[in-house]
Amino acid sequence: MLPKKNVMLGLVFTVVPLFHAGSTVMAADAPAPATVAAPAPTPAMDPAKMRERGQILALSCSGCHGTDGKSSSIMPSIYGKTTGYIESALLDFKSGARMSTVMGRHAKGYTPEEIHLIAEYFGNLSKKKN
Amino acid sequence: MSISRRDFNKLLVSGVAGSAFGLFGMSGNTFAAGGSKKHVVVVGGGFGGAATAKYLRKLDPSISVTLIEQKLSYITCPFSNWVLGGLKTMKDITHTYTALRTKHGVNVIADRVVSIDAAKGTLKLAGGRVIGYDRLVVSPGIDFKYDAIPGYSQKIAESKIPHAWQAGPQTVLLHRQLQTMKNGGAVLICPPDNPFRCPPGPYERASLVAHYLKKHKPKSKVIILDAKEKFSKQGLFTKGWERLYPGMIEWHSSTGGGKVLGVDAKAMTVETDFGAIKGAVINIIPPQKAGKIAFDAGLTNEKGWCPVHPASFESTLHKGVHVIGDACIAGAMPKSGFAASSQGKVAAAAIINMLRGQEPAPPSLVNTCYSLIGPEYGISVAGVYEFAATGIIEIPGSGGLTPADASDDQLAQEAMFAEGWYTNISKDIWG
Ligand SMILES: Cc1cc2nc3c(=O)[nH]c(=O)nc-3n(C[C@H](O)[C@H](O)[C@H](O)COP(=O)(O)OP(=O)(O)OC[C@H]3O[C@@H](n4cnc5c(N)ncnc54)[C@H](O)[C@@H]3O)c2cc1C
Repeated sequence: MLPKKNVMLGLVFTVVPLFHAGSTVMAADAPAPATVAAPAPTPAMDPAKMRERGQILALSCSGCHGTDGKSSSIMPSIYGKTTGYIESALLDFKSGARMSTVMGRHAKGYTPEEIHLIAEYFGNLSKKKN
Repeated sequence: MSISRRDFNKLLVSGVAGSAFGLFGMSGNTFAAGGSKKHVVVVGGGFGGAATAKYLRKLDPSISVTLIEQKLSYITCPFSNWVLGGLKTMKDITHTYTALRTKHGVNVIADRVVSIDAAKGTLKLAGGRVIGYDRLVVSPGIDFKYDAIPGYSQKIAESKIPHAWQAGPQTVLLHRQLQTMKNGGAVLICPPDNPFRCPPGPYERASLVAHYLKKHKPKSKVIILDAKEKFSKQGLFTKGWERLYPGMIEWHSSTGGGKVLGVDAKAMTVETDFGAIKGAVINIIPPQKAGKIAFDAGLTNEKGWCPVHPASFESTLHKGVHVIGDACIAGAMPKSGFAASSQGKVAAAAIINMLRGQEPAPPSLVNTCYSLIGPEYGISVAGVYEFAATGIIEIPGSGGLTPADASDDQLAQEAMFAEGWYTNISKDIWG
């Protein structure tokens, strides 16, 4: 077991895998901001944070398109489509270049950067599970 | 024991794992010491609660999740108006908790929560059991202010004048009354003032009741006696009514004779500023407040709703307790099932962050409410929301209504998408 002090001060950007019985694997890297020597990476630079942001944004899609974008109805599936396809579809909905009933109204709520993160999230999800 | 470098790298590429790292940095020792899982309890298995339970497990399978719901199955308000219109059956809108149990590993307990001790982190069930939690999510839906309407009560709602604003026996009662009423009678629908569950709901109900009447009781009418001066999607509804049900639906604003002063269940009349109006069927939708347990647990403000931190939906009154769905005050978001499920997902992600000692990630929220005016005539309102200094706001330039000049094709498509939405959201929450 790690003494608290080590965890707080010693693990900046060091990856220490840990494991304990009865739970899934968990690990630690950059800990509490107050004691971190180096500045925390900004969200835009940190790929893990960007993936997390993509996932948060993508959760909104499942309310109509199904869990993980897998539709069981007339709604189009997002799952199985490539990042490029999803991104250009959303950008076209946003600009109005592509006609829609409701998607234009939704796409206008996201910046091009956010649209990219959503597209990347679903694109990766499809790659991973295929 | 330790995991291999390769396994660890695999963890790094998966979405949430990247954010798991703060966990041991903050409180790893306490976690590891007991080897115990974090336990989140969810009260209420409706749109908000069931979505939270499923997504907690999906986003972090290491968390153990208990869902406490007093009913054995859940009957959705969405599409209950379709049942009244004869377009769906009660079976179509009933969902079970089997998949949450078997597919998602949620511990579902069929019981009623009678008290919450936020200081101790425990709650008590009607059956007597006491359950502890690391974090609690409360999504109890609504309760009614029956005494706001003289002459109305829960007893009258259950026997003669249903609200049908919680789906189930109330829907069945109203449906049966519509089926047995005589051709030529008036159906009175009396919606409350804002805020209330599902702002377009009363007007979708008027539409689909008119659809039924047009087919089976063409001499009958729908009269809406409203507590408001205007209502959700008003222009779109009014146009749809003129096109599909000319002369059949009458709407009275609050100052135009719509204000309900009282109801007489014996005479089957509603008292208004312009006199008593007789209904063959009367549907009173009373003003609302957060579900009872929210009051009992001290989670409500003086207006009867639950104030929350908009990034995490944690109560501002009790630490460790999150309130979502109709019961909470969610800024610009309407009280809808879609909104409740979106809040549930955001709360799940925030809780995972917080259990790891991290700040909740900035939320992104969404809503779409479809309303059916006729079987091939659908309209919608959509919104994308974010968290700002003032609370939850709608992102400027996003969302909005079906355009006023939508073609018949578009309206027919929206009707189909409404059905597609229902199938997918039901599966997203209870499937
Ligand atoms: C006619 C009508 C049509 C609607 N149409 C739509 C629509 O098309 N789209 C849409 O998005 N929304 C629609 N809505 C709104 C939607 O039904 C609600 O917004 C949604 O149900 C809110 O979810 P919730 O989780 O807050 O509450 P609920 O769904 O009401 O769930 C609360 C659950 O908690 C349980 N519970 C309460 N207290 C306790 C306790 N103490 N112990 C254990 N269990 C407890 C209850 O039994 C219930 O199952 C409609 C509503 C109506 C009335």
